[in-house]
Amino acid sequence: MCEGLGCGGSKPGMNELRESLIQAVDLHNLSDDVKVDFTGCHGFCQKGPIVVIEPEGTFYTHVKPKDANAIIKQHFIKSEPVKRLLYKDAETGKYIQNYDEVPFYKNQQRIILRNCGHINPEKIEDYISEGGYKALQKSLCDYEPLEVIEEIKKSGLRGRGGAGFSTGMKWSFCRQSPGEPKYIICNADEGDPGAFMDRSILEADPHSVIEGMIIAAYAMGATKGYIYVRAEYPVAVRRFRIATEDARINRFLGENILDTNFSFDIEIYEGAGAFVCGEETALIASIMGKRGNPVPRPPYPTTTGVWGKPTSINNVKTFATVPVIINRGAEWYSSIGTEDSKGTAIFALTGKITNSGLIEVQFGTTLREIIFDIGGGVPNGYEFKGVQTGGPSGGCLPASLLDLPVDYKNMAQSGSILGSGGMIVLDNNDCMVKLANYFLNFIQEESCGKCVPCRVGVKAMYDILQRIIDGQGEMEDLDLLEELADTVKLASLCGLGQTAPNPVLTTIKYFRDEYISHIVDKSCPAKECQALIKFAIDEGLCTGCTICFQSCPTHAIIGRKGERHTIDPLRCTQCGICEASCPSKAIIKLDRCEMEKVVLV
Amino acid sequence: MPTIKIDGIDFDSPPGWTVLEVARFLGLDIPTLCHYDGLEPWGACRLCLVEVFDANGSKLVSSCTHPVSEGLDIKTATKRVIKTRNMVLELLISECPSSKVLQDMASKLGLNRVRIAPKWKDCILCGLCVRVCEEQMMAGAIQFGNRGQHLEVSPPFDIKSDLCRQCGACMQICPVITLRCDGADAATVLCNGCYNETQPSCADEFDSYDCWMGLKGECGTCYQVIETKKEE
Ligand SMILES: Cc1cc2nc3c(=O)[nH]c(=O)nc-3n(C[C@H](O)[C@H](O)[C@H](O)COP(=O)(O)O)c2cc1C
Ligand code: SF4
Ligand code: SF4
Ligand code: SF4
Ligand code: FES
Repeated sequence: MCEGLGCGGSKPGMNELRESLIQAVDLHNLSDDVKVDFTGCHGFCQKGPIVVIEPEGTFYTHVKPKDANAIIKQHFIKSEPVKRLLYKDAETGKYIQNYDEVPFYKNQQRIILRNCGHINPEKIEDYISEGGYKALQKSLCDYEPLEVIEEIKKSGLRGRGGAGFSTGMKWSFCRQSPGEPKYIICNADEGDPGAFMDRSILEADPHSVIEGMIIAAYAMGATKGYIYVRAEYPVAVRRFRIATEDARINRFLGENILDTNFSFDIEIYEGAGAFVCGEETALIASIMGKRGNPVPRPPYPTTTGVWGKPTSINNVKTFATVPVIINRGAEWYSSIGTEDSKGTAIFALTGKITNSGLIEVQFGTTLREIIFDIGGGVPNGYEFKGVQTGGPSGGCLPASLLDLPVDYKNMAQSGSILGSGGMIVLDNNDCMVKLANYFLNFIQEESCGKCVPCRVGVKAMYDILQRIIDGQGEMEDLDLLEELADTVKLASLCGLGQTAPNPVLTTIKYFRDEYISHIVDKSCPAKECQALIKFAIDEGLCTGCTICFQSCPTHAIIGRKGERHTIDPLRCTQCGICEASCPSKAIIKLDRCEMEKVVLV
Repeated sequence: MPTIKIDGIDFDSPPGWTVLEVARFLGLDIPTLCHYDGLEPWGACRLCLVEVFDANGSKLVSSCTHPVSEGLDIKTATKRVIKTRNMVLELLISECPSSKVLQDMASKLGLNRVRIAPKWKDCILCGLCVRVCEEQMMAGAIQFGNRGQHLEVSPPFDIKSDLCRQCGACMQICPVITLRCDGADAATVLCNGCYNETQPSCADEFDSYDCWMGLKGECGTCYQVIETKKEE
């Protein structure tokens, strides 16, 4: 039974469901054969709450407390699956019983998320029985520290925190830097809007991160580790704390780990949750109790980090991958993925997509496979328009790039980044100018404000976009916008500013027409920009039900019961409330061209 | 001693110097604002940008913070540097057109237009006052508060701080409140009273930085000299 963020966190009645399942088991006297336990996130949050019968893998979706009895009775006593709770394939209409055959999972390759959804994150025995802490024993007993670094280098593992720097290189820099003691940090700040992969891993499989950190510490000769978690993730913090305590009891952490002379311990640091604190230099400042301001690099943290000592900082996913590499070997790992990007990538699929959730695929999988085969495409019959990858620092890629194999190099060439793995799918109701504006707004609020290009430049870009959205843009604005974008990219102090213009640059690159129609025609093709559209009521469809009349906050709708309604354009504020309220979908949006036609008629 | 190359000059730099220190030592002019001798480098105004070249291409770094290292190859005034630096200055002036320090710099660097609506703020958040108060006066009476658009300099909790000895160092160092420049024209936002016609030449064209004939590398006299020499 999944108690991840999507299932347990957002939907009520989770405890109730667990209670009912346990009660049902007791009722049927099955408590010797059936054990009810909870796990972390399965990734397919849209179908939650999810209950999986292990080890066979029957996959029940949208389970409610009242279904508990049915599941236990029918599944275990009659040995028949409860059909109505199974996953139904939207295309074929068939019910699919097994986890691995659901298209969402079938096309994935789960390495980092290997245990997520299969083990109880609060029990170290569960992790150990899945082969956990074997990699640690192997490293400590069979490998010299340098051999561990060599192995990681050979595997081609690149950091999953955004920049994609070679993990092996980073470790060897840190090892070579003079200075004692050395520190390692696990970066679990995860401030991107819509990203929740690090959180899911910490909540579903905290031991894999701990094991990765211990191996890293052994390789670099570090004696102390920090994990910087957002304070907004209380469940992750709690599970991680339980996990470190269990690891200490089992002598995986602390003095003389596994009776060797290697000692290492982890301290949990709860961050205040500013996006910029995910930047490594700001994070280090924050751990030292200073303001979370980035500082220019070099010197890099690997030479001068926490307390001025060599520090290696890696992402949660990077650490969670390390034990698998040690267990199965660098050769195996480097056989997965593409030339320059090895292994797998995790994405949080959101936006206009049928199956939203957390997925893991090999590098080299195309955007089309991710969005259509796993994600199930764009729902409600709308057309796919683009996909924003990498969160606010990433770029927006158009439909023409759907066949692009996803890896670091291709993403960078197309002007985007992989970033932490957010993927927001957009359909033809999404306005690209507005999208860029949304992300700039996020950046201008979240930037630390230290350096001029980011603080003033991003705000200036935001103001220009706002003018364009309000229908007051001019063609010179577009040139200035591009010039500003270049400056902010080149001149900013830290990665936040350096990547902030990406959404603007890519939308201008791939959707320039849309900017031009906003500026020249004063028209928003996606009909999203309020200043450039008008609401009207389709006379043929309106039934005169008066629902819109009641919903309009500015009383702009005129009409009597049973008669056709109209909208007073002078009072209407384009809020769109009526559109959502109308049961016969009679309220329509008009862009500038359509408005002119209507006026002519 | 790391050997570095700056504007075509090979130089054995003492270890631990920054690029800015080397440039100043060699008499190369790099504009700075948030840098102040005696305070720790801060790297926030981004006016001291220079271009660093390596095998993968080049990038812009702030010279006041960038330490020298063996084989470093720097140019202090490429087209890219000049363009970016002027845009940064344009942004700064739009924030606070009444700062004489900024207006002087605009004149010196040849900035002659500001396309961003002026905000007429009183502080450009350069952080000099905060740093002088903490590092030199050992008081720490003023701090940065908030972030992003809401960043501000104030005493903790916005109340008069007991730590302040009223030494006046913050006021003395501030590039905005001392010597207001009254010349800013409300329409163009620039004063340009002391506009400098002679701009430093562009190091993209010439490998060294010793042409002072000015006119943004357009005069071309040296080209002619080189050409005639070749013909001979
Ligand atoms: C604005 C900004 C935010 C960042 N946020 C995160 C984050 O939330 N998590 C993370 O792991 N790395 C984040 N990074 C990247 C880190 O600076 C750093 O590169 C990373 O933690 C290194 O780990 P890796 O080598 O495993 O990728 C951020 C970078 C920037 C510039
Ligand atoms: S780029 Fe933005 S976040 Fe980074 S130091 Fe500058 S102002 Fe702060
Ligand atoms: S869009 Fe909003 S303001 Fe306009 S008519 Fe509909 S409900 Fe009223
Ligand atoms: S008050 Fe003056 S010195 Fe202090 S940050 Fe503002 S502009 Fe800089
Ligand atoms: S003087 Fe170097 S960044 Fe301000």
